[in-house]
Amino acid sequence: MTDHTLSSAHPKQTRRLPQINPVYFILAALIVAIILNNPNFVEPTGYMNFLKRAAPLAILAAGQVYVIVSGGFDLSVGSLITLVVVGSSMLSNNDPNATWWVIAAMLGIGLVVGLVNGMVVCFLKVPSLIATLGMMITLNGFAFMWSGGAPRGYLPDSFRYFGRFNIRDVPLIQMLPVAVIVMLVVGFALYWLMHRTNLGRMIHAIGDNPRAAQLAGVPVNRVRILAFVVSSLSAVITGILLGGFAGVSTDVGTGYELQAITAAVLGGAQLLGGRGSVPAAIAGALTLTAIFTLLNFLGLPQPVRQVVQGLILIAAVALAMYRRKRTGQ
Amino acid sequence: MTETPVIEMKGIGKRFPGVVALHDVGFACQRGEVHALVGENGAGKSTLIKILSGVYQPDDGDVLVEGKPVRFRHPVDALAAGISVIYQEFSLLPERTVTQNIFLGREITRNWMLDDAAMRVETQRVLDMFGAGSRIDPDALVSELDVASQQMVEIAKALSLNARVLVMDEPTAALNESECRELFEIVDKLRDHGTAVIYITHRMREVTRLADRVTVLKDGEVAARFASVPEPSAIVHAMVGRDIADFYAPFATPDEIGATVLSVQGGGNSALRNIDFELKAGEILGFAGIQGAGRVALAMAMFGARPFDTGTMTLAGETVHFTHPRQAIRAGIGLLPGDRKGEGLTLMQSVRDNGMLTPRAFGSLVGSHKKNGFIDLAGMDALLDRMEVKAASYEQDIKFLSGGNQQKAIVARWLALKPKVLIFIEPTRGIDVNAKAGIYHLMRDLARAGAGIIMISSDLPEVIGAADRILVMREGTIVAAHTAGASETAIMLDATGEQEVAA
Amino acid sequence: MSDATVGQVKPAPVRFRFDRWAPALLLLAAVTIYVVACLATGQTQYLNWNNLLAVLGRSIALGITAIGQTFVILVASIDLSVASLISAVTVVASVIMNGNPAMIVPAIGAALVMGGLVGLINGLIVTRLDVNPLIATLGMSLVIQGCLSAFVSNFAGAVPPEFQFFAYGNLLGFPFAILFFFALALLAFFALRFTRFGSNVYAVGGNQDAARFAGISTEKVIIAAHVICSLCATVAGLYLASRLRSGAPWIGANGVYDLESIAVVVIGGTVLAGGRGGIWGTVAGVMIFSLIDSIFNVLGVDAFVKQVLRGIIIVAAVAFYAVRTKRIVA
Repeated sequence: MTDHTLSSAHPKQTRRLPQINPVYFILAALIVAIILNNPNFVEPTGYMNFLKRAAPLAILAAGQVYVIVSGGFDLSVGSLITLVVVGSSMLSNNDPNATWWVIAAMLGIGLVVGLVNGMVVCFLKVPSLIATLGMMITLNGFAFMWSGGAPRGYLPDSFRYFGRFNIRDVPLIQMLPVAVIVMLVVGFALYWLMHRTNLGRMIHAIGDNPRAAQLAGVPVNRVRILAFVVSSLSAVITGILLGGFAGVSTDVGTGYELQAITAAVLGGAQLLGGRGSVPAAIAGALTLTAIFTLLNFLGLPQPVRQVVQGLILIAAVALAMYRRKRTGQ
Repeated sequence: MTETPVIEMKGIGKRFPGVVALHDVGFACQRGEVHALVGENGAGKSTLIKILSGVYQPDDGDVLVEGKPVRFRHPVDALAAGISVIYQEFSLLPERTVTQNIFLGREITRNWMLDDAAMRVETQRVLDMFGAGSRIDPDALVSELDVASQQMVEIAKALSLNARVLVMDEPTAALNESECRELFEIVDKLRDHGTAVIYITHRMREVTRLADRVTVLKDGEVAARFASVPEPSAIVHAMVGRDIADFYAPFATPDEIGATVLSVQGGGNSALRNIDFELKAGEILGFAGIQGAGRVALAMAMFGARPFDTGTMTLAGETVHFTHPRQAIRAGIGLLPGDRKGEGLTLMQSVRDNGMLTPRAFGSLVGSHKKNGFIDLAGMDALLDRMEVKAASYEQDIKFLSGGNQQKAIVARWLALKPKVLIFIEPTRGIDVNAKAGIYHLMRDLARAGAGIIMISSDLPEVIGAADRILVMREGTIVAAHTAGASETAIMLDATGEQEVAA
Repeated sequence: MSDATVGQVKPAPVRFRFDRWAPALLLLAAVTIYVVACLATGQTQYLNWNNLLAVLGRSIALGITAIGQTFVILVASIDLSVASLISAVTVVASVIMNGNPAMIVPAIGAALVMGGLVGLINGLIVTRLDVNPLIATLGMSLVIQGCLSAFVSNFAGAVPPEFQFFAYGNLLGFPFAILFFFALALLAFFALRFTRFGSNVYAVGGNQDAARFAGISTEKVIIAAHVICSLCATVAGLYLASRLRSGAPWIGANGVYDLESIAVVVIGGTVLAGGRGGIWGTVAGVMIFSLIDSIFNVLGVDAFVKQVLRGIIIVAAVAFYAVRTKRIVA
C-alpha cells in the first residue's frame, strides 16, 4: 500500500486558495430565497428574529462538533435540554431572584453529565453512541421524575430574559435579541477553543487517530472527556435559551440531538472524527433554520420539515463522500 | 523455454496521483517454476502484485494468462483464472474457524445448507498436504492460532483453490527457522506439482534456496532479469543500484559516544524477561530479531505503553518507572511507531499539526495552538525546512506526503522536546530507497547531537549498516550482542536460535 | 448459546470464551434477580409458567425488530429507521385492512413490499453513496415519519378480528406470537449458521476487504442485511397493528424500537463493529430486557425511576463486555 509513494513526487503547487465551505454558499442562497419570498426579512426585525430562533440550535451544534470531531456522538443533549428546562422551573419555583443560582446549578448538572458521558466512554469503553443513548434515556427519566410527569409552574421572566428579551433602540439594527448576543459570545468562545488552542488541535488528533495521538503524548482520555463536557454545557445554554421562548414541557428537547448532528454534518464535520469546524456548524444550524423558515413561508406543513431534514442529511453526507472520493481521499 | 508462460505481464504501467508506481514492467512465470521477485520497499512489487490479482487495474500494458490477454476488474476475476495471492497483511477473519476461513466466499453447500463435514474433510486434507494437519485444528478460531499457523492457513486456502499461479508476498516474515524450512518444502512440492510460484522476498538466502529465475524491480522499473540464480551480490547491486557505503551514515567515533543515558536491569513483563542493556548518549543501538521476538514489546515497555512489571530502568541516572507514555515523554523518551499510518500519523491534519502534536500535548490545554513552552509555528517550520520535508505547503494534509517526508514530520514532533532517548521502530518501512538514506543520516545527526537512539528494524542489512551496536532478541529476551558491521549470518543464527543456517 | 459448539463432530478443545457466554450469564443474573425479587416481596404468584409467558409476550415486537437489527449490526452497519417503519406499517396495514378480513393478505403484502423497499433504499444509500449508515437510516427515519404524519395523526384503520390472532391467538397451548418469535429466531439462526449467506454476513462484518478479495459481493450482502432488517421491522409492525387492533403513527417512536433494538443486540454480545455475535445472544438480550421490566414491576418501582434505571442498565450491560477492550473507544 505504501509502494506508490516512491519517486517522492514533489507535490505540484496545489492551489492553496482557502477553500470555502459549501455550507456558506447554501446558506447565502437560502437567505436570498427567503428575501424573495418575504422582503421584510431585510428589516432588522426580520433577520434578528431569524437569528434569535436559530440561536439555540447554533449553540448546540457548535458543542456537538466537539464530540463529533473527537470521533463520537452525543445523543444525550436533547434530553439534557429537557432536564434543564424542567429542572429550572422546578428549582426557581417562580422566584425571579433564583435565576442566577439556578443557572449555575444547571451548568453544574451539565458538567456532571458531560463528565459521566466522557468517563463511561473512556474508562468503561462503551461506544459513545450507546453511552449517550443510555444517558438520554436516564435524563428523560430524571426530567419526568423531577416534574412528576406533569411539569408545573413557569419560568420567571428573569430566566426567560435570555431566550426572549430583545434589546431595543440599538443604533443601526434597532433591536438586538439577547439570544443573539449569547450565540455570538458562546459561538466565539467555542470557535476559539476549537481552532485556536492546543485542546482544539488535540480533539482533532484523537478523532483522527487516537492511537497515534496517545503515542504522541496526547492525554486522550482527558481531551475526550472535555469534548463531552463542552457538548453538555452547550446543551445547558441551549436549554436556558429554549426555556425562554418555549414553554415548560417534558419534550422541549426532543429531536434536538438529531438536529444538532444534522447541522454539524451540514457544516462539513466528518462523522467518526478528525475534521469539523465550529463556524461551519453554526452556519449549518442557520441553514437548517433557514430551510424550515422557507418551508413555512411556502406554507408547507410541519411533517414536510422532517422529510426535508432527512433528505438534506443524507444528501449532505453523500455529497461530502463524493467530493472526498473525487479529490483522492 | 518457448512454452507459453502461464502468466505474463507486458509493458505494465501504473500511476497514482503525483507518482509513477510502475513503468513498462514485463514479467512472466512458467508452470512448475519459482520466480523470485525482489526489490527494495517501494520498488513497486506490491503494486505489480495488486495488478496481477485484480485489486488495481493497470494504466498501460497487458496481463496474459496462458498467452491470452485478460482484464481483471476484481480480485475474483484473478481467483477464477487460478491466481491466488497470499498477502503480507493477512486476509483472515480472526473470529471464524480455520475451515470457515479456507472456504470463505466459496463454501460447499448441499441443499442450500453449508456442508460443514465436507469442508472440514477438505481442510484437513489440505493441511495434511504440508504437514500442518497435526498442529492446526480445522475447528480452531484463527484468533487462537499463532502467527505462523495463521500463515499456514493462508497457504492452505490458496492450495485448496488449486491455484495455477501462487503469489507469496514475503511469506517468511513471521516464521521461525524450522517453520521457514517447512515452507520451503511446501514451495518445492508446489513446483513439482506444476504450480507457478511468484515469490516476493528481500532475503537473498531464500532466493538462492528456492528460485529458478529472478526479476529485480527498482523504482517501478525492471532493473535486472536473471534466467538462473546469480550471486547474491549481483542481485543486491541491481536492487540498490549504488554502493552501500554512501547509503548509510558513518558509524559513531569513540569520542562521540557519551555516558550511559538509559539502562534496564532485569526488565520483564508478560512478553519480556530478563532484559539487561545500556544505551549511551550519541550511539545508535540496533535491535534485531524475528517478528514476535519482543523488540516492539521492549520499546513499548520503555515508553510506558505496556509497562515493565519487574526490573529497574534508569534514565539519565534516575530510576524511573513509566506506566503511561506521557510520563516517559516528560522524562525525555520519544518513540516513532512502526505502523506509521496506524500509530504515527493523524492523516487528516496538516504537516504542521502533525509536527506540533507532541509539543501541544505538553502545553497548556487552553494555550494558543501557535506556540507553547517548547516551540512556535515558525520554529516548527524552520525544523521542517531543516529536515528538508518536501510538501507543497506545511498546511497541506500530511496524507499527501511520501512516506519519508511523513516520517520526518513525526521526527519533528519529538525534536522540540529535546528527548534524551529516541526509539525508532521500523524507521524506513515503506519508504523509498532515496529517502531511506535521509532517515539514516537524520538518525545519525540526532545521535551526534547527544541523544541515544534505539533502532528496531526487521530489515537486517539496515540494522547492520546503521547501528553502532546490535542486540539480538529472541523469545522475549536479549540473547546476543554484536558490534557494528557484524555479519548477517551471525545475527540470524542468534535471532532464530538455530545451530546452522542454510546459507 | 454459542454457535461454535453446535453440531460439530470434533469439538475444538473446550476453551471458555467469556464473550460468547456473557449473554447467558447476564440472562442468568436477570432471572436470579427476578426470582429473588419475587420471593423477597412474597409475590410468588409471579413464579409460574403463565407469568413467564406473559413476561416474554411483552417484548415480541422488540424481539422481532432486534432479530433484524442483528443482521445489520453483524455486517457493521446499523438501522435507525426501524421505529418509523414500524409506525408506518401499523398504519398502512390497518388502513388497507380496514376491518375487512379479505384484505388481510393484500395488507400484509403491501406492508412487506414497503418494508423491503425501505431496506433496499437504506442498503443502496449505505453502499453506493457511501453514506455513514447511522446518518443514512436516520435520514430515512425522518422521511418516513414525515410522510406518515403528513397523512395521519391519530389511530387509523382497523384490524379485523381474524388478524388479531397474531397478537392474541393461541396455538398448541402457547401464545402464537411467542411461537412465531422463536420460529423466526430459529430461522435467523439457521440462515446465519448454516447458509453461505450467513457466512458472508460474518465475513463482511469481520473484514470487508478480506471478504471482497475472497470474491464475496460485499455490497449485496450489506443490502440484503438491510432488507432483512426492514422486513423484520415490518413484521414487528404487523404484530403491533394486530395487538393495537389499529394503526398508530406514534407507536414506533413511543416504543423507542430503534435504539432499544440496538441496545438489545449489543447486550446480546454482538459487537457494533460487526463480524461477531449471533441471534441467540439477541434473544437473551430481549429476555433480559423484559425481565428487567418485570423486576421493576415486582418491586413496584415508579415508572420514571424505571426509565432512569433502564438507561443505566443499558450502559452497564454494554460496559460488562467492553471494559476489557484494550482499544481506544470513541
